[in-house]
Amino acid sequence: MSEIQAFLRHDGRKGIRNTLVVAYLVECAHFVASEIVHQFRNTPHEGEVQLIGFPGCYPNEYAAQMMEKLCTHPNVGAVLFVSLGCESFDKVRAANAVDASGRPVKTLVIQRAGGTRSTIQAGADWIRQTLAQISEVPRVRMGVDELIIGTVCGGSDGTSGISGNPAAGKAFDLLVAEGAACIFEETGELIGCEEIMAERAITPELGNLLRESVHKAERYYATLGYGSFAAGNAAGGLSTIEEKSLGAYVKSGDSPISGLIKPGDVPPHGGLYLMDVVPDGDVRFGFPNISDNAEIVEMIASGAHMTLFVTGRGSVVGSAISPVIKICANPDTYRNLAEDMDVNAGDIIEGVRSIPEVGQEIRDLVVAVAAGKQTKSEELGHREFILTYKTFEPIGPACLPGAA
Amino acid sequence: MTEKSSFGPFLLLSGKDNVLVARANSPEGLVVALEGGEVRLSRPIPMAHKIARHDIAPGDVILKYGMPIGIATGAIRAGEHVHVHNIRSAYTPTHMLQDADGRSAGVSL
Repeated sequence: MSEIQAFLRHDGRKGIRNTLVVAYLVECAHFVASEIVHQFRNTPHEGEVQLIGFPGCYPNEYAAQMMEKLCTHPNVGAVLFVSLGCESFDKVRAANAVDASGRPVKTLVIQRAGGTRSTIQAGADWIRQTLAQISEVPRVRMGVDELIIGTVCGGSDGTSGISGNPAAGKAFDLLVAEGAACIFEETGELIGCEEIMAERAITPELGNLLRESVHKAERYYATLGYGSFAAGNAAGGLSTIEEKSLGAYVKSGDSPISGLIKPGDVPPHGGLYLMDVVPDGDVRFGFPNISDNAEIVEMIASGAHMTLFVTGRGSVVGSAISPVIKICANPDTYRNLAEDMDVNAGDIIEGVRSIPEVGQEIRDLVVAVAAGKQTKSEELGHREFILTYKTFEPIGPACLPGAA
Repeated sequence: MTEKSSFGPFLLLSGKDNVLVARANSPEGLVVALEGGEVRLSRPIPMAHKIARHDIAPGDVILKYGMPIGIATGAIRAGEHVHVHNIRSAYTPTHMLQDADGRSAGVSL
């Protein structure tokens, strides 16, 4: 078994990567921030310097909290904020949060730094010094029981629910049994599964909350007029949202459900958790998550060290901050996109391997990636990132029955 | 998801189901032995699409994984493609483009 040598942060949390993130705080600073990151292309630090950001000029408490959680994620070693200067994002609060976490942090304000070229230069200079500094972060042994793993499915088709998702569910069962915290999400894709899911909660009160979270998603999507269902799902053989949901649900595996969390809430201990990603209150700001990477980012904000991404149609995305393991459910898609896929769960459809065999492969790959192995999307340079507007109420004590 | 069994290239996911799932692209004209007798596919069925295990009446609940996935909008004969043209969601309408049949626009068989 691979030994995980983690990066130890000041707060005691352990990371599996040591990334320097460059975060733009409004779309107007996006280009300058991305040019700073591009200075490290074709250098030994390519891939270590990553771009994240928030495009809006209006303030939003969810976005502020997400940015703080992401910038103090254990996979992050240092943060460079790039501000235009007049946006509403509270850059002082964000920088203070990173500073308090013991990480190097710098904020560049384009309007005060002399413009585009000067800001790019100043940013690249700071990053060069800081990379040397964070290369000295202490390394410590990390157990599987300290990992937080998310799962998402995207580009689903009719194979996802038969091969990739059950195999991811099997991997989750193995990881939960070893003490890891595993997160599944997208309550809009659990419509029709609320009763069977509620029965798996460790307390009846939590079961009621799980059921309510799906009902909230149902109301939210009904107002919007679309389910969490893309046209490609239908082309891939899925006829309805409830058919897609049942396929998605099986990636949670068979473990008891220990808690209900919202984006940014870190699981207090090992076990299986549902993340409620649908905003609270009236429908505002549009769709809960405009595409798969928004969901991946929310699980990273809740501490996910990596994400298992099951696809049938064939997504190629990765993510900033935490690696993405791509599990291809459809054997034809796997042959077509093998360069992007880490695991061929299509073998299950073709009768070559069983669900438990592929589940074990996924579990072993999780440990190898935690120990430093690069995923396909990491090697290819995928570092997608989305953060938009939302509103959430904090979770109540019944959401985490074992945490008190 | 117990009781999995195969009908040629089609998979029965649960004993309660009234649909079968294609585990490979299946050509038009293929003869499939169902419990009620042999049927001939009236169109190609792409991988992961569904056919009716037996005759289904309008308004019947469609079961896959032993769970409801929609409601028949018309009569569906045994062996016929079961999809967006003859079933609907009990929750929100399904968004689709012209390639929903699994054949056109970039989906090869």
